[in-house]
Amino acid sequence: MKPFLSVENLTQRYPDGTGGQTTVFENATFGVEKGEFVVILGHSGCGKSTIMNILAGLSDPTSGAVIMDGTEVKGPSLDRGVVFQNYSLLPWLSTLKNVTFGVAARHPEWTKAQVIEHSTKYLAMVGLEGDVIHRKPSQLSGGMRQRVSIARAFANHPKLLLLDEPFGALDALTRGTIQDELLKIWSGTEQTVFMITHDIDEAILLADRILLMTNGPYARVAESVEITIPRPRNRTEIIEHPNYYAIRNHLVQFLGKRSKEMAGQKVPAGSGSPTPVRIDKTDTADDPEIAPPALRAVNE
Amino acid sequence: MPLLSLNLRAAILSVSLLIVGLLIWEAAIPAQKAVGELTEYELLTGGGQPKAGVPPPSQVMAKAWEQLSDPFYDAGPNDKGIGIQIGYSIYRVLVGYALAAAIAIPLGFLIGMSPLAYKALNPFIQVLRPISPLAWMPLALFVIQDSEASAIFVIFICSIWPMLINTAFGVAGVREDWVNVARTHELNPLRTAFSVILPAAAPTILTGMRISIGIAWLVIVAAEMLVGGTGIGYYVWNEWNNLDLTSVIFSILMIGLVGMVLDAALGFVQRAVSYVE
Repeated sequence: MKPFLSVENLTQRYPDGTGGQTTVFENATFGVEKGEFVVILGHSGCGKSTIMNILAGLSDPTSGAVIMDGTEVKGPSLDRGVVFQNYSLLPWLSTLKNVTFGVAARHPEWTKAQVIEHSTKYLAMVGLEGDVIHRKPSQLSGGMRQRVSIARAFANHPKLLLLDEPFGALDALTRGTIQDELLKIWSGTEQTVFMITHDIDEAILLADRILLMTNGPYARVAESVEITIPRPRNRTEIIEHPNYYAIRNHLVQFLGKRSKEMAGQKVPAGSGSPTPVRIDKTDTADDPEIAPPALRAVNE
Repeated sequence: MPLLSLNLRAAILSVSLLIVGLLIWEAAIPAQKAVGELTEYELLTGGGQPKAGVPPPSQVMAKAWEQLSDPFYDAGPNDKGIGIQIGYSIYRVLVGYALAAAIAIPLGFLIGMSPLAYKALNPFIQVLRPISPLAWMPLALFVIQDSEASAIFVIFICSIWPMLINTAFGVAGVREDWVNVARTHELNPLRTAFSVILPAAAPTILTGMRISIGIAWLVIVAAEMLVGGTGIGYYVWNEWNNLDLTSVIFSILMIGLVGMVLDAALGFVQRAVSYVE
């Protein structure tokens, strides 16, 4: 049976300016199950954002298909909510109106009071209450703006939520707080999330599964790493978990070395699925080979 | 000693400059010889006629008081109150301007949204834009056969370009992220235009509208001098023909004041639609 979201043989080529073509990625194939939180990791230029735009329906692939819930993705839809890196709030609307804008588009049959109540509820879930919701985005900090953007996306209950490096523009401390808030709001829903990030620790904290992309050109989704750390997760506690550094090292090794080595390897159509990787040290906790994780050197 | 606020100091300086300027003006006008001091011979040869000269500010102020205390009197075609004359001018400006906006803003939207329309229409705009609006006057008079409508047409043709160009520029420059927000929320093209593109481009559009109203007010004076009949431009020219420089100076000041009010009104709207990114 097909997964909830099925990306099949996705290929993107651009003209390279000299009459030829550059292939960003080829035959990318992967699936996302309903309710799953999947993060895609890879270097700049491997086409993560292009995949995101294709999933959002904002651009079309050169070839291949995206099938969600049995229907092919064609064009943008309210079923696929997007949180953009630069927040994409409408600066002439207040915080509340930025959210009601989305809710009213999703539920045109609702009364104004219903729309406002629903929007206020979701703003409160990301910690925005009181006077703050009547301010314009320009009067909010970067972190608060991204909270509004997250509230707007969650309030619409999309079938698939796409997060395009949502914390990329935030400082490390704010990022941590909002990651916690994202986990909190996500755990209360059965929301399927697909997220791009550059940050390995963020990926481990949030994801059920991490897809690793090789470098472009001819990038592909090479591995699918299961995060074998039980939820609920907490940023201070997961680093104590025996699997944390094992997974982290695997990711660092991949991004640091193997993503380069595997770059440019072409794969035939139909065999682009990522290799599943499962690292679980808890089964062999008494294995003497495993050094104390905290002492492991991490070289990128 | 606490320093006075910047605004207050600026106001004091403005008023002082005004007073000094008026005093210099007043002092610079040579006093006319009083009629009573002339000899009978001088009176007979017309020496008693006051020479046409620039009037001192005191006379202008007296004229202003006289005119403004009864601005709407109507004593025949060549003797109407300043209020009526300005009213005619504002009416023509607003009608021509509204027609221009009704065409320029939708057309600017089209040009801004479609690179094809932009490339196709740009040569026409570039040729038509630098034409002095008054150059259209003979053609307008011949085709329209009505001086009133011709004046309105001249206002229309001069105020359309800044609005058209600014609307196209503003619409084309709307950030793609905001358009993507509309797309991911499945807004139809009409709702996208009204709830995303229009508010995003509004400050730029209003800049164009503000430039246009300024140009329209400049042009109406010249246009009315040509078409005659009514309006502040006609009034200035008529008083010049009467050699009544006091009225000319008074009406120049009124033109400035009305222009300032028109600009301030659009400035107010512009501030209302502006936003900080």
